[in-house]
Amino acid sequence: MARNKESLTLLLDIGPSMHNALPDVEKICSILVQKKLIYGWNDDVGVVLFGTEETDNDLAKQVGGYDHIVVLNGISTVNRNLLGTLKKLPRGTVAGDFLDAIVVGMDLLIKKFGTTNKGKMRLCLITDAESLTKEPYEGTKEDQVGIISEQMKSHGIKLDCIITRMSSGMADQKILVENDSLLCNISRKGNAKIRYVASPAALLGALRTRNISPVTVFRGDLELSSKMKIKIWVYKKTSEERFPTLKKYSDKAPASDRFATHEVKVDFEYKSLEDPSRNVPPEQRIRGYRYGPQIIPVSSDQWEAVKFKPEKSVKLLGFTDASNIMRHYFLKEVYAFIPEPGNKKAGVAVSSIARAMRETNKVALLRCVWRQGQGSVTVGVLTPNISSMDTMPDSFYFNVLPFAEDVREFQFPSFSSFPSSWQPTEQQQDAADNLVKMLDLVPYGRGEILMPDMTPNPVLERFFRFLELKSTKPDSEVPPLDTSLRAVTEPDPDLSENKSVLADFRGCFELKHNPKKKSSKRSRDAASDEALVQSSDPRDAAKVEKIGDTSPIEDFEAMIARRDGSEWVVRGIRSMKIYISDLLENSYEGDAYPKAIDCLMALRRACVLEQEPEEFNQFLREIFQRWKATDLRGFFEMVASKNISLISKTEAADSDATDSEARSFPAKIDFSSQ
Amino acid sequence: MDIDPEDLFRDDSDSDSELFQEREANKELVVYLIDASPRMFVPFSQHEDEKGETHFHIAVNCVLQSLKTQIISRSYDEVAICFFNTKEKKNLQDLTGVYVFNVVDRESLDRATYFPGSKENTIYNSLWVAQALLRKGSLKTASKRILMFTNEDDPFGIFPWFYDFCKDAQDLGISIELLPLSRPDGKFDVSKFYVGLLGLESKEISHFVSSAGERLEDMKDQLKKRMFNKRKVKTLFCLSGSLLVLAGAVTWLDSVSNLPLKPERSFICDDTGALLQEPAKRFFTYKGEKVLFSVDELSEIKRLAPNCLRLLGFKPLDYLKDYHNLRPSTFIFPSDEEIFGSTRIFIALHRSMLRLRRFAVAFCGSSARPQLVALIAQEETSNSSGQVEPPGMHMIYLPYSDDIRYPEEHYLNDDAIASRPTDDQIRKASALLKRIDLKNFSVCQFSNPALQRHYSILQAIALDEDEMPEVKDETLPDEEGMARPGIVRALEDFKAAVYGENHDQEEAASIASKEASASLASKKRKAIADAATQESANYNWVDLADNGKLKDLTVVELKYYLTAHNLPLAGKKEALISRILSHLGK
Repeated sequence: MARNKESLTLLLDIGPSMHNALPDVEKICSILVQKKLIYGWNDDVGVVLFGTEETDNDLAKQVGGYDHIVVLNGISTVNRNLLGTLKKLPRGTVAGDFLDAIVVGMDLLIKKFGTTNKGKMRLCLITDAESLTKEPYEGTKEDQVGIISEQMKSHGIKLDCIITRMSSGMADQKILVENDSLLCNISRKGNAKIRYVASPAALLGALRTRNISPVTVFRGDLELSSKMKIKIWVYKKTSEERFPTLKKYSDKAPASDRFATHEVKVDFEYKSLEDPSRNVPPEQRIRGYRYGPQIIPVSSDQWEAVKFKPEKSVKLLGFTDASNIMRHYFLKEVYAFIPEPGNKKAGVAVSSIARAMRETNKVALLRCVWRQGQGSVTVGVLTPNISSMDTMPDSFYFNVLPFAEDVREFQFPSFSSFPSSWQPTEQQQDAADNLVKMLDLVPYGRGEILMPDMTPNPVLERFFRFLELKSTKPDSEVPPLDTSLRAVTEPDPDLSENKSVLADFRGCFELKHNPKKKSSKRSRDAASDEALVQSSDPRDAAKVEKIGDTSPIEDFEAMIARRDGSEWVVRGIRSMKIYISDLLENSYEGDAYPKAIDCLMALRRACVLEQEPEEFNQFLREIFQRWKATDLRGFFEMVASKNISLISKTEAADSDATDSEARSFPAKIDFSSQ
Repeated sequence: MDIDPEDLFRDDSDSDSELFQEREANKELVVYLIDASPRMFVPFSQHEDEKGETHFHIAVNCVLQSLKTQIISRSYDEVAICFFNTKEKKNLQDLTGVYVFNVVDRESLDRATYFPGSKENTIYNSLWVAQALLRKGSLKTASKRILMFTNEDDPFGIFPWFYDFCKDAQDLGISIELLPLSRPDGKFDVSKFYVGLLGLESKEISHFVSSAGERLEDMKDQLKKRMFNKRKVKTLFCLSGSLLVLAGAVTWLDSVSNLPLKPERSFICDDTGALLQEPAKRFFTYKGEKVLFSVDELSEIKRLAPNCLRLLGFKPLDYLKDYHNLRPSTFIFPSDEEIFGSTRIFIALHRSMLRLRRFAVAFCGSSARPQLVALIAQEETSNSSGQVEPPGMHMIYLPYSDDIRYPEEHYLNDDAIASRPTDDQIRKASALLKRIDLKNFSVCQFSNPALQRHYSILQAIALDEDEMPEVKDETLPDEEGMARPGIVRALEDFKAAVYGENHDQEEAASIASKEASASLASKKRKAIADAATQESANYNWVDLADNGKLKDLTVVELKYYLTAHNLPLAGKKEALISRILSHLGK
């Protein structure tokens, strides 16, 4: 049997009170099955529904009772039919009894595997636990729960309970309290874990959909000193679940070839710089390392002989106040230090240090070399993790800290040195305080919202959903983000219920887009309705690369004034011409004329200043030729009335227009317009 | 101006879809300008222990130090060192009083005392030369800086062309920074002359004055901070990466000519062997079929929100657990360059978060990995040598539920409750904690031993030194300190408390018993081998092999030979036979 093979039975409550949550239950279950199809195609999955109208399970047949429970899918290797089943869960009509369901699920697992497969069997209960459980035939409910957890322990079955509490107030509080205490009993006695979810997003995140068996990073001694050692095992606590790697697809194989792999092989070749056609074989290559401007060749043997080779060990450097280690120095994924399982002494030692650390608010610093032959050392901080469950040992978290070379220190001006126009007023400060208070993600009486432990990765969820969609319909489009996942990427509308606080905050602060910066890359329509704000910062001018809609003249002048390259004058003039033409073309009944006139005047001014008369003269003649006969004639009348003429020889020596010609140009317009 | 509500809400969480990403300057050109006037050589008197130290020495030392670091961290940067007020002249422009130092001989820089300065003031010349040195490289790919060391606060009256120079420098994207050294006879007065030169940084004048270095350590610290240009990671407000992990870059060389090689990647179709361009499609095997995705679709999947930070809410600080961490953090500082008023909002929120002890949760919609981040307000802290932590917010990348594992839950058992420590044990542990207390620990006091060694080896090889330098591993625990009686006693007390008095004997006993069982096993093995040897002696193996009769024997019989000769026993009968044959030399 595969080492990582897992047998999972889903116990799904489909009673009437669950109907609202069922779409999300369907989603999470299908993603679970999908991931099993990809990562754990050997795993077994069974599905039990409770709260159904009908009854169909072995226990009911054999001993009676256990009503309204249907074994939808006996335990079998995961397959794609299951996916279809889970996507369309029936809606039940009866309030289900989750204790009965647990028993039926356990029965399934035990009948299938007997005493084998210990520790690899898991029950997953999704219910709202809002309905009353039946009184057992003998003994109390507590006794029954005790029996259940005994059984689970002896067979090595784990239970994940996901309790949905989305709509509050509807259910009978007394039943809720009773059910909670029952479940709590199970979790205290056996291998159960309970999670309460208050939102659809949390439901998606609450179920561990991919089963990764933990692998130790290090097993050995935590050396407090050469005399005092504690046996520990180190695991990863967080590890980024990456986007699945997709292979490159080759479409070269003929369509008729059914055995084509369509895979792409990537070939690396190293070519000599002197002779690009010559390929250098691997044995002729040598590693070169940069040392300043030089590259220094070092053969791997040579390197091996001298390189840094620390001994495998985990050593204590000392303790220090927790406040000495700022949170933002935590560098990487987190490790967990667990006392060696079964070693009671190690458990006590770890636990007493952890608790002492918590009491005195101190942390430990460690130097770790996880493996022999590893070429680097890790220095990090050990923080206590006091267990909340009786059956769980205390442990540590370990965070990697940076070395001196890794840190970049920067100086930023202090906020108090900013001009007073940037300082918030008292009223604004109050508004900010209110906003912070209102957008509280740990509202009183409700659980924590967006707890990382319960927040699904929206990208991965979306990928797997799209994958399923594509496998059935290859030409489907990427679906929009699921509504229940939107809670992860967008503010919760429930939180911002209090509109007045928001409005207050909004009203207190005035935000203005800086047109100089904005106009460079912003799309035109977005920028067009923005107010013109004159920037006073001269530095901005140096960076303007394009003429925007909000302040074309300023942009243009800034471009002309740029001194970091001569091409900016030409570019500026060219963009201005295009801009003016655009204005005129898009003008409706002359609404853009005044702006165009202003721009034209600016262009003329600049052309005189930069001694580029040709540019302007040609442009004016050109637009005149193009539009003199159209309804844009009005524009040229305005040009004439504003005395915008060609640039004459007296203004710029290079001009081809004589003084009289320049003056008469507008006159010609009058002539042609009549 | 009417602002639509959505827009504003996004703005305060610095999220604007069209915010442009500033192309970061990825290369830095730096010119160190060092004053070599006689004033710089006046030793300062107030420190007895630093007798003979001159400002000039300090400056040179600082530069040397920073060059060393720079080799490690920013090897692509280009550096020039330029002295002014020198007697000799060596520069392309042939201006008097400026000496451009050849950086390649940096090793000899510390011996560079042969610049007896002249009286003539040549600061303008030097700036001119520096600017000329920085002329290469386009603005887009390089950031250019002049770092100036001097103790002369009023070099000359202001010349008319001086402001032109400043403007030119700005337009070329050169920033000028000043590291003032206090004059022996008074404070360095920035406002006399350098205000104009530093122009833009007039706001920060107070910084310069306060940080005018007197001692070498302060100076180094200052330089360290200035060394790295603030690199904008993304212009949201204004961010800068705060932590970076370093590793030596590898270039492949031709072992014959030692010239760099150019790696070439080619894609070959596995079915037809045809050479492909970078294929635009990817596939994922799912349900036994290949599901195709285009590259665009994949990036669409990852596009959840515009490339921005979107504020979702606030939580009390203790809800950020120690294990909520994946990657190095990023630092956020407000900027009014894009949107006026954002600094004000930032400051207001910053204060509220500090006061109410909350952190903000936001969604950071980057294209590579959109994820939830925690924003922690950081108060400005400073000590005598200047700013320690700048004000702003730290952005910490939060894990998703898929990223968190629960290794501690794998070993649930009833004994856990039994292994809870007694109060006495905790007390002993606290005593230990107090004993081994590193009082002044600062996070970056260790340098990376692997990296230090890497570069010292490279240096040795580059300079053809025969002896490999010894690099001190600063990360090893302080053995001497640990051996202090107080600590030893605390450790022993703790050990006795948690392990019991006789732990070592028990441990030794358990090891001994393990060894005993191990030796038992080896005895057993030996007995089997002996038996096999005896059995094996009953056969004439050479004869059997010659006549091809080995195949008539049973596997058990064959294994006698193999065991007797200590050969592997695995495999089918044929494999066994061929193994015997090859052992016999047939």
